[in-house]
Amino acid sequence: MIDMRVTTLDKLPIGKTGKIVSILHKGLTRRRLLDLGFVPGTLITAYFSSFTGDPVAYRIRGTTIALRREDASKILINIEENL
Amino acid sequence: MDFFIPYGNFPRPLVALAGNPNTGKSTIFNALTGLKQHTGNWTGKTVTLAQGSFFYNNIKFCIVDLPGTYSLLANSPEEEVARNFILLQKPDVIVVITDATCLERNLNLVLQVMEITDRIIVCVNLIDEAKKKGIFVDESILSKELGVPVILTAARTGLGLQELKEMIFKVYSGKIKPSPQRINYGKEVEKAIAELIPFIENKFSGTINPRWAALSIISGDYSIKDLEELVKKSENNREESTHGLFKRYNCGENIRKSPVHSTKGSKI
Amino acid sequence: MEKIYEKAQCIAQKAVRYDKFQEDIDKKIDLLLTSKATGILSMLLLLSVIFWLTLVGANYPSQLLAKILFVIEGYLERFLHQIGLPGVVNDFLVDGMYRTMAWVVSVMLPPLAIFFPLFTFLEELGYLPRIAFNLDYFFKKAGTQGKQALAMSMGFGCNAVGVTCCRIINSPRERMIAILTNSFVPCNGRFPTLMLLAYLFIGGIMPNLGRMLASLAVAGLVVFGILITLLVSKLLSSTFLKGLPSSFILELPPYRVPHIGHIIIRSIYERTLLVLGRAIAVAAPAGGIIWLLANIKFENQNLLANAAALLDPLGRLAGLDGYILLAFIAGSPANEIVLPILLMGYLAQGTMVSPDELTGLKELLESYGWTTLTAINTMLFSLLHFPCATTLWTIKSETGGARWAVFAAVLTTSLAFLVCFLTSSLYRLFSWIIKL
Ligand SMILES: Nc1nc2c(ncn2[C@@H]2O[C@H](COP(=O)(O)OP(=O)(O)OP(=O)(O)O)[C@@H](O)[C@H]2O)c(=O)[nH]1
Ligand SMILES: [Mg+2]
Repeated sequence: MIDMRVTTLDKLPIGKTGKIVSILHKGLTRRRLLDLGFVPGTLITAYFSSFTGDPVAYRIRGTTIALRREDASKILINIEENL
Repeated sequence: MDFFIPYGNFPRPLVALAGNPNTGKSTIFNALTGLKQHTGNWTGKTVTLAQGSFFYNNIKFCIVDLPGTYSLLANSPEEEVARNFILLQKPDVIVVITDATCLERNLNLVLQVMEITDRIIVCVNLIDEAKKKGIFVDESILSKELGVPVILTAARTGLGLQELKEMIFKVYSGKIKPSPQRINYGKEVEKAIAELIPFIENKFSGTINPRWAALSIISGDYSIKDLEELVKKSENNREESTHGLFKRYNCGENIRKSPVHSTKGSKI
Repeated sequence: MEKIYEKAQCIAQKAVRYDKFQEDIDKKIDLLLTSKATGILSMLLLLSVIFWLTLVGANYPSQLLAKILFVIEGYLERFLHQIGLPGVVNDFLVDGMYRTMAWVVSVMLPPLAIFFPLFTFLEELGYLPRIAFNLDYFFKKAGTQGKQALAMSMGFGCNAVGVTCCRIINSPRERMIAILTNSFVPCNGRFPTLMLLAYLFIGGIMPNLGRMLASLAVAGLVVFGILITLLVSKLLSSTFLKGLPSSFILELPPYRVPHIGHIIIRSIYERTLLVLGRAIAVAAPAGGIIWLLANIKFENQNLLANAAALLDPLGRLAGLDGYILLAFIAGSPANEIVLPILLMGYLAQGTMVSPDELTGLKELLESYGWTTLTAINTMLFSLLHFPCATTLWTIKSETGGARWAVFAAVLTTSLAFLVCFLTSSLYRLFSWIIKL
């Protein structure tokens, strides 16, 4: 069975992949995220975290982008879970 | 201060190296000009303009290394330098350098630049790195899809640079005419663009690219006032120069040293 | 505009073929360099190892260079004598200008020619963004962001470059903080001085482990600079430059194995030119001026001694002395001349020790009242004091106002005094307790 649930990107466990649903950021940050390929529908993987646990590096469209948890919490994603 | 290059006075033909950060623009610049711009494997190594030149077929091309930018809607000072240069300086040829290992993201900027100019060459750099990672870029498909010439290079080993020079020459001299596949924004938007363009042309009298201006107004990224400021800023080159945006390299005798000419002069 | 992203994706899918996409190596390195257990450790280790290599590697070429330059000095002196220049002019040229220049070249050049290839290697490899990634958490606590660490890394080369590099920081508030605090990273003009002092005075504690100890001391000093940066950033972001941290989006590029031969040739070549250029353009004239000041007598004392006497009480308070402060002030056009000017000041007759007498340098300084504390304070002061003239100028043009440059100078210098005052007070307190 496949269960789809929507959460925020900061909740994505390291090593797991999700699909971007929407970006709640506004203004320049939103712009920059779009430029970097954070477009709804894109797959994103939590790659590894800094030794303090924050920021986290994400793998998206063949690049590695680091985001802070509070910034990641404004990005909605879909996680597919195989139950 | 005759230390800085005034905005309006770049020698022609003028070639701009644009592209996402960390795609090897400065490395290509160095390889073409023999100069020593600093390079480094991180986003934002270059934050100012650097100018140099190279000869091809006895023509002296002036070439400018721009800071990396993700899009033409700049949101940091170093990206602003790149955007202003592309929009207001109107280089004769724009080479957009892309990273073969993440081409998809890089194409955003390519498509944006294609909106504003015909004389564009896409250079897919770092193909050696891509090859190592098992990524292959098909230049002919890419070129067909985009409608513009595509050159594959590995700047560090010098691969493809000769072809790049040749292509710059061909595009400049009109031997090859790129026909960028523009995005069709749909009837309504295109109509709005068409309506706005005369107004913009009238208002800014040729200082800024009208299609880009119209698009950014429609998409709500810039208001007319923002654009006015942008143009004003570039005209006021004294201000630009005190902001230290320009770093001069020997570009030969044709740089005039007087700082006062600006786009204002070319307006009349 | 969203359409653009769609189209980009569509075209890329057609034109790019992925075979065996492998990125395992990158990830392994990244885990090593950023994980809990090894992240900080690897960073500190790397820093110390680089300093150690620099110290060990620079030793021999430094001595060799000094010997060669000393031999040339002999020829120069004879030559000037032969063309019939009066003795005073001769002394001015040789003792004032030439020696200062020779000093700067032989002390500065070798460490920089070793340090910078190593640094460039890390930069081309792609390590710098990982530093920003690792440190972002701390900078966030201080109200700024990890990209400040990138600007600081560039500050190692030159603080003026570091200040310009602050453009990568999007938020104007955070950029301003990064600009104002950039000089807490020792630039290439101060770095060899710090190394030399650390080697003589801190390495001197345990002679057989001297170099190791000295490199740890320099690494410690750099870490201290980072802590001060965090502290001052915090202070600024809760007073003058209030605001919440903005968002932090950082790209971590794939590691790219640098072209080693290329790096070595280029960065040695570039540094050599830079150091030589500055030695001729700044050190030589400055040496000349200081020689004049040291040799013009005024009420039985030379001008330099007069000025130093004036500054002395202030210097003593901070565990330094008048000459040291004077040297820092005179060294504001370029920090590499601080030490030679200091020596010229001490040797009141205005003759510089020749740079091949490095071993005698410690005794010389000690005979003018230097202790380990003086050395530590001088190092701290060098780390924290006002940015050099070029950097101040860059601050002015990057912030669009002279007042920020003035502010930066006042802020850093008062901090330098405060810290030096604290260390020497602590030291005095301790020695007082021990005596009891
Ligand atoms: N392997 C390989 N490395 C390259 C190539 N081109 C550039 N590099 C490396 O990629 C890194 C980035 O190069 P730069 O020239 O500084 O990139 P840039 O586009 O100027 O970057 P910004 O100034 O930040 O926008 C450097 O470490 C170069 O040595 C290439 O073709 N192959
Ligand atoms: Mg560059």
